[in-house]
Amino acid sequence: MTSVIVDRRTQKGKSTANRQRLLKRLDGALRAQIGKLVARHKLQDAVPAEVTIDRKDATEPRLILDPASGSSGRIIPGNDKYRIGDKITNSSSEGQGRGNGQGAGDGDTDEDDTFRFVLSRTEYLSLLFDDLELPALIKKDLLEIDENRFRRGGVVRYGNPGSVCVTRTFKASIGRRLAAEAQHAEALEEAEAALIVARKTGDRVLMETAECALAEVSRRSGETPFLDPIDLRHRSLVEVQSPCTAAVMFCLMDVSSSMDETRKDLAKRFFMLLHLFLTRKYKKVDIVFIRHTDAAQEVDEETFFTGTQAGSTKVLSALAKMNEIIASRYPSTSYNIFGAQASDGDSFGGDSTESSAYLRSELLPLSRYFVYAEVGNNPLQGSTTLWSAYRAIESDRFNMASVNARNEVYPALAKLFHREP
Amino acid sequence: MTDSCKLRGSEWTLDDLVSIEHVCSRHAANYGLDTFPNQMEVITSEQMLDSYISSGLPVNYAHWSFGKHYLIENAKYRSGQNSLAYEIVINTNPCIAFLMEDNSLAMQALVIPHACFGHNSFSKGNYLFRQWTQPDAILDYMLFARNYIAECEERYGFDKVEQTLDALHALRDQGLDKYKRPSKLDSRKERAEQAKRLFVAQETMRQAEYYSVVPHAPEAAATAAAFPLNPEENLLYFLEKHAPRLEPWQRELARIVRKIAQYFYPQRQTQVMNEGWATFWHHRLINDMYDAGQIDQGILLECLHSHTNVIRQREYSGLNPYALGFAAWNEIKRVCESPTDEDREYLPGIAGKDWLETFHDTMHNYRDESFLLQFLTPKLVRDFKLMNIFTREGLDHWTVTETAGAASFKEIRSHLAAAYRLESSIPEISAVRYARDTDRKLVLHHQSYDGKMLMKAQAEQTLKQLRWLWGFDVSLETVDPGGQIIKTY
Repeated sequence: MTSVIVDRRTQKGKSTANRQRLLKRLDGALRAQIGKLVARHKLQDAVPAEVTIDRKDATEPRLILDPASGSSGRIIPGNDKYRIGDKITNSSSEGQGRGNGQGAGDGDTDEDDTFRFVLSRTEYLSLLFDDLELPALIKKDLLEIDENRFRRGGVVRYGNPGSVCVTRTFKASIGRRLAAEAQHAEALEEAEAALIVARKTGDRVLMETAECALAEVSRRSGETPFLDPIDLRHRSLVEVQSPCTAAVMFCLMDVSSSMDETRKDLAKRFFMLLHLFLTRKYKKVDIVFIRHTDAAQEVDEETFFTGTQAGSTKVLSALAKMNEIIASRYPSTSYNIFGAQASDGDSFGGDSTESSAYLRSELLPLSRYFVYAEVGNNPLQGSTTLWSAYRAIESDRFNMASVNARNEVYPALAKLFHREP
Repeated sequence: MTDSCKLRGSEWTLDDLVSIEHVCSRHAANYGLDTFPNQMEVITSEQMLDSYISSGLPVNYAHWSFGKHYLIENAKYRSGQNSLAYEIVINTNPCIAFLMEDNSLAMQALVIPHACFGHNSFSKGNYLFRQWTQPDAILDYMLFARNYIAECEERYGFDKVEQTLDALHALRDQGLDKYKRPSKLDSRKERAEQAKRLFVAQETMRQAEYYSVVPHAPEAAATAAAFPLNPEENLLYFLEKHAPRLEPWQRELARIVRKIAQYFYPQRQTQVMNEGWATFWHHRLINDMYDAGQIDQGILLECLHSHTNVIRQREYSGLNPYALGFAAWNEIKRVCESPTDEDREYLPGIAGKDWLETFHDTMHNYRDESFLLQFLTPKLVRDFKLMNIFTREGLDHWTVTETAGAASFKEIRSHLAAAYRLESSIPEISAVRYARDTDRKLVLHHQSYDGKMLMKAQAEQTLKQLRWLWGFDVSLETVDPGGQIIKTY
């Protein structure tokens, strides 16, 4: 009888196919949750939060007996307080224990109504992208996070069998064989000489040992292997990091009361997509959140998306704040500066024209790109004061779009993506 | 490893596992344990979860429900609600035992005798396994099934295959031949016969279609009136052979789901015996290894600690099959070696016999129900302080009908044995009428005992799946023991 031991630990990902099918099956349920996820998920979080799935979305019905129906008996161990004829109410713990471990079906009925799991980054983003109706090519581009490239790095002794360099291996083999054979020839000569010496002495024991030694040496000289593991040479690849630069992304948002939850949700997706794009391109991306009503403030992400402030609207204050932060913390010589502004387009008096002029003369020369998204269903959309003022800006570093629904978020940024070679 | 070499500490190497297996095999031979060759596979916790969802089969086809069960098990494991099994073993030849990499040396020394000798010898010897499973062929068959289903997905689309499997899975418990032995699994033959089977099935369907539109002799209707002649319990088999609207590949899928469900039929009927047997032998072999100086005291104590946890029986809760099984086998040994008058009265067949011989005979020829009915001792009932409780629909309480004691021993014994009948947890459903020549309606009967009904919502959903497979109307009737229809779904 032979027994074997196998180390299976290296074989991974057996359940991938099942998981893909499950996600496909739960597509509807997941889509319904994506909104909640986006709200919970911070822009810079690498791993998104858990999703909770109602079991109803993934039931496996079976024909099973209803435990409450008819009459049932049950054997219970460990009884030391009840006698024949005693009554035990259903609520007491004794009645609830399962009869004999052979409960009904696969237990779908008696467990939680929900189950939870964590989506991987890729899974989460593809859901998000589907939600935003992102073109396939862009999706693929954004999902790829590996930025390191490989370059040929000469020949090395160790590597995987796929990378064997045949010519160099053979060269090494020739060298080794030449050296080994030379050594063998030397040893052979020595052994022969020793045999002659031994024969001269006439000692039988000495002669026999010498003969054995000679036989051993000549046997070995025929055994030099053609290829030996030490001959192996492999082509090597070295990982080189692509030159990485830092970027800073300014999120500007009007938080006056006219910006309601839907608009903020759209704005968040807009910022999120830009952030994803930037993290793909730059190693280090800082985010600065500037919210404004008639005065601008730098805030953290939480406050940015959830807090509201009363006041009128003054866009110029936010632009000035951005300029101030650039001057103090992000010199345009060492940072790629991106600006993203979301607003419902309300602004009053001369603010729009002033802002437009400020943007053109002060900010655009410093920035790589500035994009303005007018969010939400404003009846005046496309003709708001800010929109008309910004329309006058002619620069390939500037773009603007109106975003009324999730599938319009991408077009607002499309121009940016298409500049990518 | 020589016998003088002693295992100690908690770290282990692959060589240590081989040594343990080696040493155990020598001790096991002393007891005449006949096993398949062992194939021990070291796996990670993640792979253990994978094994869970395919019931230990190392190869399985892809389906979303497996993904769901993986996530549920994974969540339970991560939250600390469930700890993972230390091993999982599957009756194949060679016998594959999955050992967790997280196990300490002592745990490995415990699970190797448990799985590789206990379960292994049980599945090689027990009559149910011998009759109903083919340990040589199952892996090949699973491979065939996986490839075939993958091929279907490609050819007929993921959605169609998924929907078919969903519906078939709903009827998985109704895909068992309970009395007739299944034919031998053989993946090569399977492939060769597949084409033939499909051809015949299609031909039959075509003829049926033809006769349904072409006027034909009236006597055909008379003979067809009673079909099937006898009620068919294996619904998946019935679907495979008679469903009027299924594509050939769907019939093949029905066959695959049925074959796999059938494979686990013996496991489900020998849980107490099998776990008890494996627990008895790991306990025995570990002590033998210690006596022979092959493991040190630290390992022995850690093993005994785990052993005690495994056979722990909580009061007023479900019966632990390990505890019940271990106690039952030990009782058999005791009755053989030093029977009391009581034992002679209730178990005259084995009292005073050779224990090892009795063990092998029992392991070969019984399943849980018959095992408990035959070998449960009054002492075990007293030690476990068993009681029987009873309730009826509409009552808000349970009534204690029997407690441990000489007077009610036989009642408790028969109730306990009955609880391990498969029929007590799986409803008996059979196909009784198929109106082949009229509206092609299929009628199923659920035979109800003790007033037990089906879960309504689940039954209706399952029926919906079944109607989709059948292509025509299907009705399900619950029938009481008197033959009266008491409910129609």
